[in-house]
Amino acid sequence: MKSISIILQITLIFAAICAWPGLAFAQSQPSSTYALTHAKIFTLAGNTIEDGTLVIRDGKIAAVGVGLDLPAGAQVIDAKGLQLYPGIFDSITQMGLREIGAVSATVDSAESGSYNPDVVAATAVSPSSEHIPVTRAAGITEVLAVPGSGGFDSNGSGGVIGGQASAIHLTGWTIDEMLIKKSAAMVLNWPDIETQTFDTATFSRKEKSYSEAKQEYDKQVNEITDWIERARHYAQAMEKGSAARYDRDLKLEALVPVVRGELPLLVFADRSREIRNAVEFSDKQRLRMILAGGSEAYKVKDLLRSKGVPVILRPVLTLPLDEDDPYDRLLSQPAELAAAGVKFAFASFDNSFARRLGQNAANAVAYGLPYDEALKALTLYPARIFGLDDQIGTLEQGKLANLIVTNGDPLELTTDVKYLFIRGQLTSMDNRHLRLYEKYSKRPKAQ
Amino acid sequence: MLKANRLRAPILCLLCVLRLVYFPRSASAANPPDSPAVILIRNATILTVSHGAIERGSILIKDGKIAEVGPSINAPKDAQVIDAAGQFVTPGIIDCHSHIAAESINEGSVSVSSMVNMAEILNPDDIDIYRDLAGGVTAANILHGSANSIGGQTLVIKLRWGQPAAKLPFEGALPGIKFALGENPKRSNFSIPGQPRRYPSTRMGVEETIRGAFSEARDYKKTWEDYNKRFTAGEKNLIPPRRDLRLEPLVEVLEGKRYVHSHCYREDEILMLLRVAKEYGFKVRTFQHVLEGYKVADELAAAGVGASTFSDWWAYKVEAYDAIPYNAALMTRRGVVVSINSDDAEEATHLNQEAAKSMKFGGLSHDEALKMVTLNPAMQLGIDKRVGTIDVGKDADLVIYNHDPLSAYAVVQKTLIDGRVFFDRQRDIAERSGREKEKKALIDKFKKAAEKKPEDKKPDATVPIGQKPSEKKSEEKKPEEKKPEEKPKPPQSSGIDSAAVVLPGGAL
Repeated sequence: MKSISIILQITLIFAAICAWPGLAFAQSQPSSTYALTHAKIFTLAGNTIEDGTLVIRDGKIAAVGVGLDLPAGAQVIDAKGLQLYPGIFDSITQMGLREIGAVSATVDSAESGSYNPDVVAATAVSPSSEHIPVTRAAGITEVLAVPGSGGFDSNGSGGVIGGQASAIHLTGWTIDEMLIKKSAAMVLNWPDIETQTFDTATFSRKEKSYSEAKQEYDKQVNEITDWIERARHYAQAMEKGSAARYDRDLKLEALVPVVRGELPLLVFADRSREIRNAVEFSDKQRLRMILAGGSEAYKVKDLLRSKGVPVILRPVLTLPLDEDDPYDRLLSQPAELAAAGVKFAFASFDNSFARRLGQNAANAVAYGLPYDEALKALTLYPARIFGLDDQIGTLEQGKLANLIVTNGDPLELTTDVKYLFIRGQLTSMDNRHLRLYEKYSKRPKAQ
Repeated sequence: MLKANRLRAPILCLLCVLRLVYFPRSASAANPPDSPAVILIRNATILTVSHGAIERGSILIKDGKIAEVGPSINAPKDAQVIDAAGQFVTPGIIDCHSHIAAESINEGSVSVSSMVNMAEILNPDDIDIYRDLAGGVTAANILHGSANSIGGQTLVIKLRWGQPAAKLPFEGALPGIKFALGENPKRSNFSIPGQPRRYPSTRMGVEETIRGAFSEARDYKKTWEDYNKRFTAGEKNLIPPRRDLRLEPLVEVLEGKRYVHSHCYREDEILMLLRVAKEYGFKVRTFQHVLEGYKVADELAAAGVGASTFSDWWAYKVEAYDAIPYNAALMTRRGVVVSINSDDAEEATHLNQEAAKSMKFGGLSHDEALKMVTLNPAMQLGIDKRVGTIDVGKDADLVIYNHDPLSAYAVVQKTLIDGRVFFDRQRDIAERSGREKEKKALIDKFKKAAEKKPEDKKPDATVPIGQKPSEKKSEEKKPEEKKPEEKPKPPQSSGIDSAAVVLPGGAL
């Protein structure tokens, strides 16, 4: 009986998810030529254009400027009073990998085991996730879907090497249509020296001595070093020998682009001690490091700047790590990092709260970050950090037409996104929340 | 409170409450003598909530109360003047669902834990009190967790940071009790290793747990009423009924002396509790979270029950999958009194921003949005005669922002409670270097002591102060980012309740 009820439960949940009418909704329309006229255009590549025109053709930005000729057959959108920006890039999410956090059947974001360099996010991204249209409605046009990123999941924590993150457009009938870059970064959860931990197996807090915690930490760092060194040998074997001369190892093979410096390591660390150790490790191993989290990046800002390590900051709307930190410690950090010349981008580290990305950036501005920097930290900078700025991040001729048209400041709480283009397609902003709103707005008055 | 002659402890309690209520100047009683008796805030945009906005207006505060509000007020001789040119003043933010200032959240071992009381475990040193104060929160409803159908007793506090626990309770505010429906009381998303499953496991069982408890409470009430009748009639040699600490709070609910704040998500469970309340003759004061409240808004309005919800949380569990950010606006449009709450110490620091989202999602007006974190929660908690608007005679619980508070760019400059400045951003910033020095000196001293006597050195003697990750108390877990309890690591640690995993002490 018990197993039957579990199966039934799973089936019902699955059915409920699959049956939602929205999944059948057309996410995109065939691309064509558009001209957006009389708009204030924030190109983020030079000056802002007043009363400008932007032409979209074949998925790309064909022209940006003032008083441009409108191409024949173009669909013209009068954007008078509206503003154009590059679409927002949320560079750490579990988009498509996690639908309902508490239901493990809907969660594919963290594989079991500690070292999974060969797993790839794109494999498990569900193009039909309800999170995608909801997130899009907030002006987010592309995200990085990140596996094993250390966050909490019903399936586990993601281990040490969490897998490969994929950059995706937030529209497409299939993952192939959504892909920007299948492998955009390798996730590494840098170990912590933690004297207090929580053991989920026994549901109790555990305390250990510093020396014990340090020993465990050193052991994990040695393991990481070992993986990198074996991958380096493997790369040499691949270069020098024929395939017949070595056994194929999928995990080491996945690490080859990392040791060759082609694929960045996305290293999750928050405490300054761990950040410093991770930077020194990456430097010594000649690996490209992107720091993720970075709650105490301000303590090592000179190191981050001098080593050129960019940071994907966790939301500034997060309480300080320590009781005696200033109450606005994370709110004021972006301003401090910008002043110190550290490169950073904002990210939600989430799905449900992806739509708070603009709010987070605005809060950083309220605590001293220059507005332009905030805007770029949502668009150009993440694109640059992940090597995608030749395709997205600014409104320039030749780039992909991933852009939003708003009735105001895209960081402000009350601003609406009026139009949204992804790869030049005018993309629907219909979503689960809007549909439920409309449905229940129409409920006749109860008797 | 039962009218039994032998119930000495409760009567003493009652007297304590009364004493606070009737104390001539409760504000001064709660505040140390260093706070000025007369304060004038001037040149501010005053968002009164009750009667519109006053441009370049003034507020005169005397003895902790608002004495005058208007376009221009002359400063009395002894007044401390706060020039708020270009700034905005609102009533203090009221958080109708909080778990700050509490030593623990859930007594989750039984399905009816009405005997436990949050008032007895207040922690005035919880740094989250100060952090929320810095976000403009002046009063909060401190709730038990949602692990059980009928949870513990609750109370409303003012965020009087620096005062002892006895000064935190909001004088005269009716106490409450937490109920919980749905996945949390039926323990859908977690099980504690080694512990057997606990009844109830379904929404059907949740209803029966509540009905069963109220049936007992009814009988218990009658037993005491019979006894009191006979006692009053002069009957001798009576043996009084045995006190039942679990049922007493439920009798108070039946007598309208204790508010029911019920955690819920789905439309069906909302209507279930309304039916049970009708059957047993009590009122539900607020539904908490009530993320599907928009589906049964007419029923909520007809029952006269308040709804206290999140701005935009969703999808962290199945019962939150139909959650929509339009919930607050839809319920408001159908006549429900709606508040936006935090359930999380971090979320509470920007409730003004969360309220603003109902302007975008559902088109509420600026006034309607601001009410959802001021007047409406005050009404829901029965403290609207004291707080919630800027009107003469009310407590001077005020927030000064540098911008319109319904903007993501607004930063709290000052927070006042009972006319005393409990948070001042400039002062906080000015004191930081001193605190850093003090901390460094303490660590140096500690290190020196450790070096001097190496033989006494404990393994971790040199770990600096402040290494311990701060624990969070949010109950309904914000999915990933904010689940403190679920995540032992510091950056990830933040909330409690909800969904998938629970840590001891907290989660639900």
